[in-house]
Amino acid sequence: MSTYSVIGTRPIRHDGADKVTGRALYGADLQLAGLLHGAILRSPHAHARIIKIDTSKAAALPGVRAVVTADDLPDSGDRMVDLGEGETPLSFIRGNVLAKGKVLYRGHAVAGVAAVSAHVAEQAANLIQVEYEVLPCVLTAPSAMADGATLLHDNLMMKELGQNTGKPSNVSEHFRHLMGDPAAGFAQADVVVERVFDTATVHQGYIEPHNATALWNNDGRVQIWCSTQGSFVVRDATACVLDVPVSQVKVTPMEIGGGFGGKIPVYLEPVAALLSKKSGRPVKLLMSRRDVFEATGPTPGSHIRVKLGATKEGKLVAGEAYLAYEAGAYPGAMVGPGAMCVFAAYDIPNIVIDGYDVVVNKPSTAAYRAPGATNAAFATESVVDEIAEKLGVDPLELRLRNAAKEGTRRADGPKYPRVGCIEVLEAMKNSDHYKSPLTGPNQGRGVAIGFWFNVGLPSACTIAVNADGTVTLVEGSTDIGGTRTSIAMQAAEVLGLPAEKVQPTVVDTDSVGFTAVTGGSRTTFATGMAAHDAAQDVVRQMKERALKFWKMDAATPVEFAKGVFTAGDKSITWNELCTKQARTGGPVVGRASVNPRGVGGSFAGAIADVEVDPETGKVTVLRFTSVQDAGKAIHPSYVEGQMQGGSVQGIGWGLNEEYYMSPDGTMMNSSLLDYRMPTALDLPMIETIIVEVPNPGHPFGVRGVGEANIVPPPGALANAIYHAVGVRMNSLPMKPSAVMEAIWSK
Amino acid sequence: MNEFEYRAPQTLAEALADYSAHPSAKLLAGGTDLIVQMRAGRKTPDVVLDIKHIAELNELSYDAAKGLTLGAAVPCHIIHNSDVVKREYPALAELAGIIGGTAIQGRASIGGNLCNSSPSADSIPLLIAMGAICRIASAKGERTVPVESFCTAPGRNVLEPGELLVSLQIPAKSKGTGSYYLRFIPRNEMDIAVVGAGVEVTLSDGKISAARVALAAVAPTPLFVTEAGAALIGKEPGSEAFEAAAQAARNAATPISDMRGTVAYRKHLCAVITRRALEAAVAQAKERQ
Repeated sequence: MSTYSVIGTRPIRHDGADKVTGRALYGADLQLAGLLHGAILRSPHAHARIIKIDTSKAAALPGVRAVVTADDLPDSGDRMVDLGEGETPLSFIRGNVLAKGKVLYRGHAVAGVAAVSAHVAEQAANLIQVEYEVLPCVLTAPSAMADGATLLHDNLMMKELGQNTGKPSNVSEHFRHLMGDPAAGFAQADVVVERVFDTATVHQGYIEPHNATALWNNDGRVQIWCSTQGSFVVRDATACVLDVPVSQVKVTPMEIGGGFGGKIPVYLEPVAALLSKKSGRPVKLLMSRRDVFEATGPTPGSHIRVKLGATKEGKLVAGEAYLAYEAGAYPGAMVGPGAMCVFAAYDIPNIVIDGYDVVVNKPSTAAYRAPGATNAAFATESVVDEIAEKLGVDPLELRLRNAAKEGTRRADGPKYPRVGCIEVLEAMKNSDHYKSPLTGPNQGRGVAIGFWFNVGLPSACTIAVNADGTVTLVEGSTDIGGTRTSIAMQAAEVLGLPAEKVQPTVVDTDSVGFTAVTGGSRTTFATGMAAHDAAQDVVRQMKERALKFWKMDAATPVEFAKGVFTAGDKSITWNELCTKQARTGGPVVGRASVNPRGVGGSFAGAIADVEVDPETGKVTVLRFTSVQDAGKAIHPSYVEGQMQGGSVQGIGWGLNEEYYMSPDGTMMNSSLLDYRMPTALDLPMIETIIVEVPNPGHPFGVRGVGEANIVPPPGALANAIYHAVGVRMNSLPMKPSAVMEAIWSK
Repeated sequence: MNEFEYRAPQTLAEALADYSAHPSAKLLAGGTDLIVQMRAGRKTPDVVLDIKHIAELNELSYDAAKGLTLGAAVPCHIIHNSDVVKREYPALAELAGIIGGTAIQGRASIGGNLCNSSPSADSIPLLIAMGAICRIASAKGERTVPVESFCTAPGRNVLEPGELLVSLQIPAKSKGTGSYYLRFIPRNEMDIAVVGAGVEVTLSDGKISAARVALAAVAPTPLFVTEAGAALIGKEPGSEAFEAAAQAARNAATPISDMRGTVAYRKHLCAVITRRALEAAVAQAKERQ
């Protein structure tokens, strides 16, 4: 029985009315007095040296107010900076905002223009003359790693197992996780399966394109309004790119139309700021869908080899993985987390994992919902399914025999605290879906499991008490998936209030303490914890106020339960005490900031039934169930929404989505018509089963649920296709032509 | 998008005079292709002639002798919901419901789909199969062209500067005639055909007495496959005849490999989709006997 009155219920979201009536304000809605409109000139080449940029004709066009290029950015030299993802050359960060010396992918920003209208700006951008020396391009990890491959960066030296080799390379890093004795492990195995997999570059596909409006004031203060997962991340990155103190930059996060990890980097913000500085006017920049595909971070394509060995009793005894991930134009391919997740669901004593971070002439990759893990799980889950088949064991049973649990050590070092892998597998096994029969020919069922971390990171929150008994909650986490409400509910639980009496607001960077990005499945966990703690601070202060009101000794213990404060024979309701704030010392404002360590980590599983048309190779998803450990579901509808959303993205990744590149590095399908994300007509209702294995590191047991759900779908679909038509798909997407070709070569 | 002059003639005569004065103008009916192309910078017209207010281009009428007159600017949703089209040309009514989504169908026209002349256009194979004729007008006069002779290359057709498509004439269908358009798309809606097949068959005395087959997305223009029709005529409608027509379709196709499919896959699909379309058309023909 739940002891909670708010947690676990499904109140209407606080921003619901604004969203459904179209009143919610997004970046593109912003209008400011004197606003100029900008355009970005982008590279038509995947790899070229910039010989010369002539902006004179653009600058002379009537209506043009400013033109900027990389020359308007400060010189980076060899400076290294850390924006939260480790030391990175500043030249890389600035170079992705405006290309300097070279363009490294088609769509790479070369110059920016601000003008009185978007049309004039676009016309001016086309008048900028850029002389290029076109260079050969490398588009996949294996080709970029080949001997004699064209190098993207002269100053990128390969790091080999922690040592800088001093050798220029497209491989920025090769690292290894080694645990036990893999050779000895494989020697014990009765069954060994080794397979090679390739996955295509895919995009997060958020509906709202990137946008940024900037105003560089005469006093040196820079204001930015944009669509971002992290206002403070934008503040810090923009300040770094422009070389101004963070205190000079104020970022207002507008509502966000999806991010999934892709709205963490800055692209437009520094350019809008430079254009504003030059023109003295606010400048708005909007991306088109093609810009979004060509110039913002998709998730890496990858080349993966996975080898697993099991005894005939079905115990996994050894694992080996090789992961080469495409970082895009600059290092940082998320191969690190891919390597941490490749065997994360299993207790395997002997493991070796090699990871390679490889630059290629494609847009610089960004995070995408459990970044790196989906690629890796597709490979592992396919191999595990094959081992189960060879051993004649039910695929869930094999996974249960080897499931990670409390105390299991991952190959990258950490031992798991209490985790819910076994519970998720058992829920899958006991589900109506798994027990139901398939109903026709060419149908198959596949299962898969996946893991993703939660992160902690800083969050701040304040709660002010109103005389009418409500509270206003101020926080800095971009609301994705209903986090305003799931955060407010945690405060409401502590305060004994219904959720609608807590009014949450997401504010700008000048109005709340530093709050890290909405990402890493952290927001309901960490900002929720800040809200919980701030609410406790309110309760503590309200108890003091009650004693003051009663003129009792400040050390007297006060009880607070069911909306009533009690001390001895005195009692006062929450509502009444709220009216006594002025005479007991002024408004009550609770506050908290956290940087929590007790992160949970979440396992998710997928069951997929498919039917394959043996004449066309088209895969129809007949039934799909997502199972995930939420620790404690604060607002179950939003947990289910995350599970359904992640599943749909995983299905799209598995079946049809890809960057289809021409040999010269042009993405041929840079529209939502040809980049085939699934529509509602391509999917069954996604069924959900929430598993709750409370996270001991959170007051309500929360595990972040935003990401792990995307990890298993491609593997589950691949296994389902195999069981339907007998072909093992080893590359993504498993589009109709690929499935047909696999059937032909069976 | 560049700046352009927008003109909206109200009569056919006015439109033809305007077009003759501005032969480089682009014609706007629904705009679902043109505006996208202009926004992408692929077309930069100085003049845009909006022809959707002209009566002749909005005609939708049926006459048992003449058949269907379908104005070039009639939007798909009108066709899709027209009782006479649903009764006399069910395949056309269905076709008008698969081009784009609901919002697009409010604007997009079959005439526009034809004039955009994409090799993958969904409407063209069915128009060819149904024997549709284009009525073309210019300031100098009128002419007619069968749909199978209309497209000349990707995005190109027989229209000369100053000429516009007024309407399509689709013959009345005798009893025992069935038509069907089937496309293969990786998604279930909102997609461009990898291969499309439009077919029409007429049954008399248990045999196929007339048949026309046309394909989308497997050649530089929509492809009228006379060999496939010939392979059906005089045969009993069944797997043997369908297979012969399907192989003729496969052999006639000259697709390219692109993001929508490889040559081998598309040729294979030609046979599969043609056969499936024929099965559906024959079922409809039997119903209408």
